[in-house]
Amino acid sequence: MQISFTLNGRPTTVDVEPAMLVAELLRERLNLTGTHIGCDTSQCGACVVHLDGLPVKSCTLLAPALDGATLLTIEGLHGAPGSNQLHPMQEAFREHHGLQCGFCTPGMLMTAVALATEKPDLTEVDVRHGLEGNICRCTGYQNIVVSVMAGAAAMNAARGE
Amino acid sequence: MGNVIGIGASPKRKEDQRFLTGRGNYVSDIKRPGMTAGVFVRSPHGHAILRGIDKSAALASPGVIAVLTGEDAAADKLGSLPCGWGISDAKGVPMKEPPFPMLAQGKVRFVGDMVAFVVAETPAQASAAAELLTVDYEVLPSVVGVLEAVRPGAPQLFDDVPNNLCCDWELGDKAAVETAFRKAAHVAKLSLVNNRLIGNPMEPRAAIAEYEPGTDRFTLWTTSQFPHVVRFLMGALVLNIPQHKLRVVAPDVGGGFGVKQFHYGEEAVITWAAKRVMRPIKWVASRSEGYVSDRHGRDHVTEAELALDETGKFLAFRVNTLANMGGYLSTFGPNIPTNLYGPLLGGVYTTPAIYCNVKVVFTNTVPVDAYRGAGRPEATFVLERIVDVAASEMGIDRVEIRRRNMIPKEAYPYQTPVLVQYDSGDPMGCLDGALVAADVKNFGIRKAESARRGKFRGLGYSTYVEACGLAPSRFAGRLGARGGLYESATVRVHPTGQVTVMIGTHNHGQGHETTFAQIVSEKLGVAFDNVDIVFGDTDRVQFGMGTYGSRSLVVGGAALSKATDKVVAKGKKIAAHLLEAAEMDIQFEAGKFSVAGTDRMKTFEEIAGAAYVPHDYPLEVLEPGLEEQAYYDPVNFTYPGGCHIAEVEVDPETGTVTLVNYTAVDDVGTVINPMIVEGQLHGGIVQGVGQALYENAVYDEGSGQLLSGSLMDYCMPRADHMPMMNISTHSTLCTHTPMGVKGCGEVGTIGSPAAVINAVVDALSHLGVTHVDMPATPNRIWRLLQNASLPVAAE
Repeated sequence: MQISFTLNGRPTTVDVEPAMLVAELLRERLNLTGTHIGCDTSQCGACVVHLDGLPVKSCTLLAPALDGATLLTIEGLHGAPGSNQLHPMQEAFREHHGLQCGFCTPGMLMTAVALATEKPDLTEVDVRHGLEGNICRCTGYQNIVVSVMAGAAAMNAARGE
Repeated sequence: MGNVIGIGASPKRKEDQRFLTGRGNYVSDIKRPGMTAGVFVRSPHGHAILRGIDKSAALASPGVIAVLTGEDAAADKLGSLPCGWGISDAKGVPMKEPPFPMLAQGKVRFVGDMVAFVVAETPAQASAAAELLTVDYEVLPSVVGVLEAVRPGAPQLFDDVPNNLCCDWELGDKAAVETAFRKAAHVAKLSLVNNRLIGNPMEPRAAIAEYEPGTDRFTLWTTSQFPHVVRFLMGALVLNIPQHKLRVVAPDVGGGFGVKQFHYGEEAVITWAAKRVMRPIKWVASRSEGYVSDRHGRDHVTEAELALDETGKFLAFRVNTLANMGGYLSTFGPNIPTNLYGPLLGGVYTTPAIYCNVKVVFTNTVPVDAYRGAGRPEATFVLERIVDVAASEMGIDRVEIRRRNMIPKEAYPYQTPVLVQYDSGDPMGCLDGALVAADVKNFGIRKAESARRGKFRGLGYSTYVEACGLAPSRFAGRLGARGGLYESATVRVHPTGQVTVMIGTHNHGQGHETTFAQIVSEKLGVAFDNVDIVFGDTDRVQFGMGTYGSRSLVVGGAALSKATDKVVAKGKKIAAHLLEAAEMDIQFEAGKFSVAGTDRMKTFEEIAGAAYVPHDYPLEVLEPGLEEQAYYDPVNFTYPGGCHIAEVEVDPETGTVTLVNYTAVDDVGTVINPMIVEGQLHGGIVQGVGQALYENAVYDEGSGQLLSGSLMDYCMPRADHMPMMNISTHSTLCTHTPMGVKGCGEVGTIGSPAAVINAVVDALSHLGVTHVDMPATPNRIWRLLQNASLPVAAE
């Protein structure tokens, strides 16, 4: 079946099988391999993308559900559209060593941006609770939490400008 | 462009840009023209005779290209998966080493053992065909626990391995220990289980194999921590592919923790199959598949006894352990609970006599091998737990008993009674630092405050040492290593002065691209931005043993340091010629070669240019070009250590343990990049906390089914399990590595489980609790509290 949706700001039309998952569509059909698959039980969060502005695990979403929707993946997350500039949350992760092997990082970033968008005055408790659905095996989360707090503050500052 | 950024600085990581923007290049991201999909059919039984496999329905399934089984592998005369270590018992009798076929032959020995490989046009077609494969199993009883496996009448995995005993290994002076025990004023005893763990790097294992008939060359892309070792083991010992006809690439790898430092059967099968089908094949494990095929870690059952004199001085330590090997010997398997365990039982103490017996046992479980820390967390846990037990029984403060037995800073180098000689350390300094950093003096106030809220608060210490920087080859060879454990690095200076380093270690989160560039930047005076680090490709990197055992900086960094020294030495010869001075008068500092006492100088770039455009050059005595290679084989292990202090709160209503404070003061030697070291410590500590509080691989005795077979059943630490950790370093310099480094990858995982469990026991000690096995789950604690006839309110 044919579906049309907005992918990282661009109108996209693609043929999908009804049982295809969004993660599979992105990785195998559209060559957007930044969205990762780390588990098969919807626990790890490496595949988080934004569907109509909300974070979802793309490994448990069927591709036909994208029809008419707006999808943002890690490849579309950046400071200014069309630029090579990093998003403030990406900058914060780099600045505070919020990543090691990088595998969970795209999902962490997408979840973090959603958390900071939803609640501008994030506390440490909010962040730790908000990352419950994203597993990282490398960092012990400490620098991820610091990064998300800093990224959220930077997003706030950017909004205020 | 850019500046020199050297040792001790914390530049932001070079590798981050690609990971932050979703442009990493992991194996599962790679696509090859004409690529097919492979799926493994795995045993659903823990133990069964393989009576036959009917391929016909699977072969007739749409899109199927091939179905391969153990019979096909046998027909092609493929080798068994090799074990890299051969240990022996006290009489010198070698361990039992049954073959480990890459696809099961005759029998399956664990749930997940591979019985067939299905290749099809798409992953869906391969999975569908795998369902149609008819495998005739005669199911046998399974044995999964080590105690059960050595009992008379237990199911036997191999006909020629009586009692499932692979090796009855020992270390130390048994007679001296027995004598000391007879003289002891007190003997502390402890029985414990070191829980079985599953490494769970976030990237599941994956592989792609391709055969090029035009050049008769194979390429294997694999999620490996040591591509050169895979090339050697698989090419030379399993598939009979000459080394020059086999390229192994481990690109970006999403975490390893030991899980990816073995040669796996999947790699051999897919490479072999790629030639048979003449198409590239890709296999990507699901997480559930990883649970039943990634090598597991730990799994010990131990009885320990510590003999003390009346003042609390340790006289002797005796440890008897049963260690689970699973169904076959994995690459490093038998080395882990023996050579990486027994020699660490001295800890940071002056215990004069130590004896350790380890019975290495086969069971119907996934093969067990190294997982972050590998043997050393198990040793640390036994020792640091029994020290607390002894202190409690003798009425001596837990810090005081440690002080009375600690090796003083002045006593280094210190020869232990269990093979290893510590070159440097200051355990007392780490302890003192941690006591202040953890605000131990006000613990009583915090405990009282918790009690007012009905919670039990506890404090736990772990003063530990480990052996890393694996490893001095000659020493390892005496212990049974079948390979070398050196490392290699090539420093290629380009004609314009930029530098590319080829190194045999593998970066999968440790920040090598940054740390190694800092070493080159400092030593050659080249801008940090002008140094790139290449790893993970046997066609690009000369050779290497890979990354494990906290060895990359210690051994690989040392090779890199040596190679840069050679570049400088050659540069001095070129400079001497150009500056018409004696070579001995040439100084090299901050990227400039100068004649001592003059202002005559040449920049590093000018020397590089001269080396590649040798018009004015001593060609009679010096080759053109500026590229140097070095191998480094360490003279000893390195011995990082430190003091960890955990503070927990137990909720008696639910049995939930909350980690409320965590302090670590570690001695990791010279710190190249403090930001990266801190990150390694954070991650390591949380993996140890995971073992102590959450993680447990559970098998069903009898059926051999893995009950904790997914992320739904196996509890991984989450962000909200942890408080902010307080990390610092108290470094003494390693005396035998070029830069004084000791390594930091595993210290967190080694030091932390004992600190956490000691804190849990401390919190419950008023109820008579003397030990808690890991993981200290709410269920386990709640049951303990019920049995302890809980007082109405916390004290």
